[in-house]
Amino acid sequence: MTTVANDRNTDLRVIGKSLPRVDAVGKLIGLTAYADDIELPGTLFCKLLRSHHPHARVLSIDTSAALAMEGVVAVITGVDLPIKYGIMPTSQDEHALENEKVRFVGDPVAAVAAVDEETALAACRVIEVVYEPLEAIESIEHALLPPTDEPIHDYAGPGNIHRMGALEFGEVDEGFAKSSFIREDVFFYEGNTHLPMEQHSAIATYVGDQLTLWSSTQNPHYVHRALSRVFDMPMGHIRVVAAPHGGGFGGKSDPFSHEMAVSKLAMITGRPVKCTLTREEVFYVHRGRHPVLMWVRTGVSQDGKILAMHFRTALDGGAYGSYGPASMLYTGALQTTTYNIPAYRFEGVRVFTNKAPCGPKRGHGTPQPRFALELHLDKIAESIGLDPVELRRRNYVKPYSRTINHLRITSCGIEEVTDQVINASRYHERKKQLGHGMGFAVSSYMCGAGLPIYWNKLPHSECIIQVNRGGVSLYCGATDIGQGSDTVLATVAAEQLGLWPTDIRIVSGDTGLTPVDLGSYSSRVTFMAGNAALQAAKEMRDILVEVVAEKMECSPGDVMVGEGKIGELSFEDAALLAQERLGVLTTRGSYTPPRDIGGKYKAAGVGPSPAYSYSAAVVDLNADPYSGEIRLNKVWIAHDIGRSINSLAVKGQVEGGVYMGLSEAMMEGQLYRNGLHKQPSMLDYKSFTFLEMPEVETFLVDTVDLEGPYGAKEAGQGPLLPVIPAVVSAVYDALGVWVDEVPITPDKIMRALDARAKGREGRYGPKKFPQISYPPIVKVPPFDATSSAF
Amino acid sequence: MLRLPRFSYLRPGSVAEAAQVLSEYGSRAMVMAGGTDLLPKMKRGQIEPEVVISLGHLDELRQIRAVSDGGFEIGACVTLAEVVSSSELRAAYPGYVRAAALVSSPALRNAGTIGGNLCVDTRCNYYDESYEWRKALGFCMKKDGDICRVAPASATCRAIASSDTAPAAMSMQATVVLVGPKGMREVPVASLYQDDGQFYMTKAADEILVSLRMPDPGRWKSSYVKVRNRGSIDFPLAGVAVALQLSGPVVDDCRIIITAVGPQPLDVSHAAQPLLGNRIDDTILEEVAAEAAKPARPLDNADLSYVWRKRMTRRAIEQAVREAAEVA
Amino acid sequence: MSSIGSREILRFSVNGRSHELLVKPYATLLEVLREDLRLTGTKHGCEAGECGACVVLVDGTPQLSCLVLPGQVEGSEITTIEGVSDGGTLHPVQQALMDHGALQCGYCTPGMVLSSKALLDSNPTPSREEIKEALSGNLCRCTGYVSIIEAVEDAGRAMA
Repeated sequence: MTTVANDRNTDLRVIGKSLPRVDAVGKLIGLTAYADDIELPGTLFCKLLRSHHPHARVLSIDTSAALAMEGVVAVITGVDLPIKYGIMPTSQDEHALENEKVRFVGDPVAAVAAVDEETALAACRVIEVVYEPLEAIESIEHALLPPTDEPIHDYAGPGNIHRMGALEFGEVDEGFAKSSFIREDVFFYEGNTHLPMEQHSAIATYVGDQLTLWSSTQNPHYVHRALSRVFDMPMGHIRVVAAPHGGGFGGKSDPFSHEMAVSKLAMITGRPVKCTLTREEVFYVHRGRHPVLMWVRTGVSQDGKILAMHFRTALDGGAYGSYGPASMLYTGALQTTTYNIPAYRFEGVRVFTNKAPCGPKRGHGTPQPRFALELHLDKIAESIGLDPVELRRRNYVKPYSRTINHLRITSCGIEEVTDQVINASRYHERKKQLGHGMGFAVSSYMCGAGLPIYWNKLPHSECIIQVNRGGVSLYCGATDIGQGSDTVLATVAAEQLGLWPTDIRIVSGDTGLTPVDLGSYSSRVTFMAGNAALQAAKEMRDILVEVVAEKMECSPGDVMVGEGKIGELSFEDAALLAQERLGVLTTRGSYTPPRDIGGKYKAAGVGPSPAYSYSAAVVDLNADPYSGEIRLNKVWIAHDIGRSINSLAVKGQVEGGVYMGLSEAMMEGQLYRNGLHKQPSMLDYKSFTFLEMPEVETFLVDTVDLEGPYGAKEAGQGPLLPVIPAVVSAVYDALGVWVDEVPITPDKIMRALDARAKGREGRYGPKKFPQISYPPIVKVPPFDATSSAF
Repeated sequence: MLRLPRFSYLRPGSVAEAAQVLSEYGSRAMVMAGGTDLLPKMKRGQIEPEVVISLGHLDELRQIRAVSDGGFEIGACVTLAEVVSSSELRAAYPGYVRAAALVSSPALRNAGTIGGNLCVDTRCNYYDESYEWRKALGFCMKKDGDICRVAPASATCRAIASSDTAPAAMSMQATVVLVGPKGMREVPVASLYQDDGQFYMTKAADEILVSLRMPDPGRWKSSYVKVRNRGSIDFPLAGVAVALQLSGPVVDDCRIIITAVGPQPLDVSHAAQPLLGNRIDDTILEEVAAEAAKPARPLDNADLSYVWRKRMTRRAIEQAVREAAEVA
Repeated sequence: MSSIGSREILRFSVNGRSHELLVKPYATLLEVLREDLRLTGTKHGCEAGECGACVVLVDGTPQLSCLVLPGQVEGSEITTIEGVSDGGTLHPVQQALMDHGALQCGYCTPGMVLSSKALLDSNPTPSREEIKEALSGNLCRCTGYVSIIEAVEDAGRAMA
């Protein structure tokens, strides 16, 4: 790992150091209790009965045989949970247990609480459900046709269309008219799933009008809200605790049926109730990467400047809304944060199908268009005889600029990350050789969504620091899903207070104890919770410094903080002195994104972020022209991190992002056949083992963002993005054929080679983009700095 | 958590006792060596024995013995890991040991046995699914149903032969010893399997496979090539075992066994004819591979496309012949 | 093993402590450890031998505890993640994983530690290829494996 530092601030003691995570030891010795490890006295075990039909009316449910079984304590159905919920205000379309209609194989219809899992499962199997099957929709194309039976949902529409959008910025037709070269391409990105190692689990208690839920969730606040809605119960009577988390990647961001079911069953039985999903059920819970069909048309000038771009997407949303309205808009939002596109038109549609619902996965809605855009640019570069890196450089956005779709760009290391990987990989010195190739791509990602998921004016993240008898506790709703947010918060506070990160006790992700942080999604925690923690820590530092300055009879500016000391006093003595005077010491911090970071047009809420990270990757591989098999040799990845709070943790995020990008580029796919998930197991849903993973060389570029905590930006999602197109580009470099579809599997590569051998275009991918009746284009006026929505 | 259904667990004191218990329970019982194939299938309701007869603890099944004719007898409950770490076996049967080393993952090979791998159930992605999944689709003839889901017109189940070690053992013309109520018999590994994914083994249900007898390798050099998506964990998408006898660079004899391209491993040695008396070169090899891969009938019931798997069978044959020659 | 009704008596040793337990013959070692002994450090990700999260050592050898029956470990010595560190001192593998940032969510970590420990116990100076092969049945979704390889190399050096 190489860090490219752009500032001279060498005073920092712990920020940026390569330190172990604060929660490492518990995880290493097996002591950390994940949700399924929690067992309370008298716990009952819950199993969900799930639909066997992709699309059917529920005519009747008979639970009597289950209730009669020995060991069964309670059985519930949709009658017991009649209120719908959903993560987005516009998609309140899920029942915890479906009572009238099921929409995919795996849709829950009943829940059993029993003395053990074995009994609960046996009871589920004797529940009799009578279904009336309906036509099942399995593809985007099918969903665009008028339904023969009935639409999957009775809202949105027409037919099975969930959401559409059509926006234009600048003069697109004019841009194309001025272009000297125009190219169109079609791409398909197969959906895939998060595959967290930990299967989702939740355990609830209901004692004295207080419901408590421990769950492997990324977003305890949103679960809290959903529970309040479903049970029509004040939020003050509900506590949601994000248990130590065994992997999220976006897959534990929605409120889920099993969370509702254990809560209801705890209320009914008065006993703790736990539900842990099986691996197969995790595939049904899904909320993973949307399959997206994409069409892109770009006009460039003679010297390779982009003059106009028209981007169309069609997303297969699966059976429910989930984050879908946002997912759809994200497929069009961030093309502009890497390239200066003076005229841009976006049309998107999300359809419902009878498959497990899609949602956010690492990069939410942006890996698909990034894959398409980067390859499209490669093809344009080749068509006009320009080096693909040079073409991109000619169009890169500039720091502190405004995109055509009104996004505010601040710190931007896109040039630097490009330099790092291009130079280190000797990309331009590679020799043309059949079977060996290199591919390059860049990307950017948000440091947190600029708007909350539901409209409110409250801060996005809040934090309390308490110093009591010399001990420091930091309370924040942020949820450590493995990305290291507890470590980030502890490090930020430690720097201010002159302590070591492990000196700070972190209490996080607990709606009963911590102020709200919206959750671990959109790469928001370092930036937003980090800023909240920084504010609280600075205030605490000021309090301590003032008290010590008084005692030392000097000015506060002369009190040095560091190495466990505040001035002449140890931290503990300083804290006790302050507490003598002031009582228990508490400070708070909060973070709300600035108001001017986005536009005010309808749909402008998706895309704005207080800052964007930038990543570039070069992939080096061998692709066998006789088998299509790929052997990855090395990946160079450079990431504009702003500044690392903990460089070891950042390196881990970057390498993990590279890995996940490679694995989904080459083998992961949430495939369906005959209305069923084709491979709901860890054996058949392929993900990389140690043996597929190549060497990774990481470069961290410090751009020191002016608004990030200590200049920090995100690392959790961005580094995944350039890897996927870089793999496909490298295969083209090696074999001279395009696979315009991921995953790029050996059989697809061979089909492209076969096509070329038969004299056709050396390509595998979708032939055409369907005819879609998008709504009329909304022409958005240019950004007006005086009237932003924020 | 995915759990096992209830069953009785028996731990007989000897092979003879195991055979006797097995004949008493008949089809209600299954014998288990390492359990790595049986237990996941029981968890998914694919196999539902009332009684599991464990063999893994029987010392008489855990020996690797050099035998007087120059070969080796390997007890059925010798683990795959033990085979892999045996330098004697590796020297004599590089193809077989390679096949054992390529089964699943290291931890699984510490439990999985050579007998279990020879008997490993055929696989199909319409069948290797949970009870709930199969119920949702409609069951198939291999379990609880009456048609083949991947080939509805087929009268027989088309699940895929998935043992890596079986073709390697066949390429050495190995035999197995079976013990049943009528006593002991020795049969070629090649005759253990048949072209039916449901009833894929010819051995009687009450016979126990107790050992594998590998003959003196003599001048036979061997190799095994496995096609799969990942370098670990995965079952074969195609597997090729080759045994060669060479005089200098000239091929005297060649056996080719292909697997995972239909319900049983196939001896396609007839296709090696053009190699005999010749040096190995690209043209001959291509011709041999094309002919040898002809009986391969991959279907859409495993990972990646069946067209690709068929093509890869040819590639794997070419590679396996070359590797066997390199061993020489 | 002897039976009492539908239960069997399992005598084995876990992390150096002898146990005599009444268990279901069809409960896997994973279930016995987690549910009967409440040693929840052993994780589970698939319960079908496909992910490596549940690896424990049986007489020093890595085994998938989700595919082991009580009857197969009668008389055996089991090592789980709770038995790897020595009091307050981390095992060199644990220390190296921590120092290299080679754990994030931590859910695969127990299996990873035990597979690595078994490797280094038999081969203290493995090559990178040997490390990858030995750990190839342990899936991880967070780290990208790179840092784990570095950590195991370092741990081997520390143990040598």
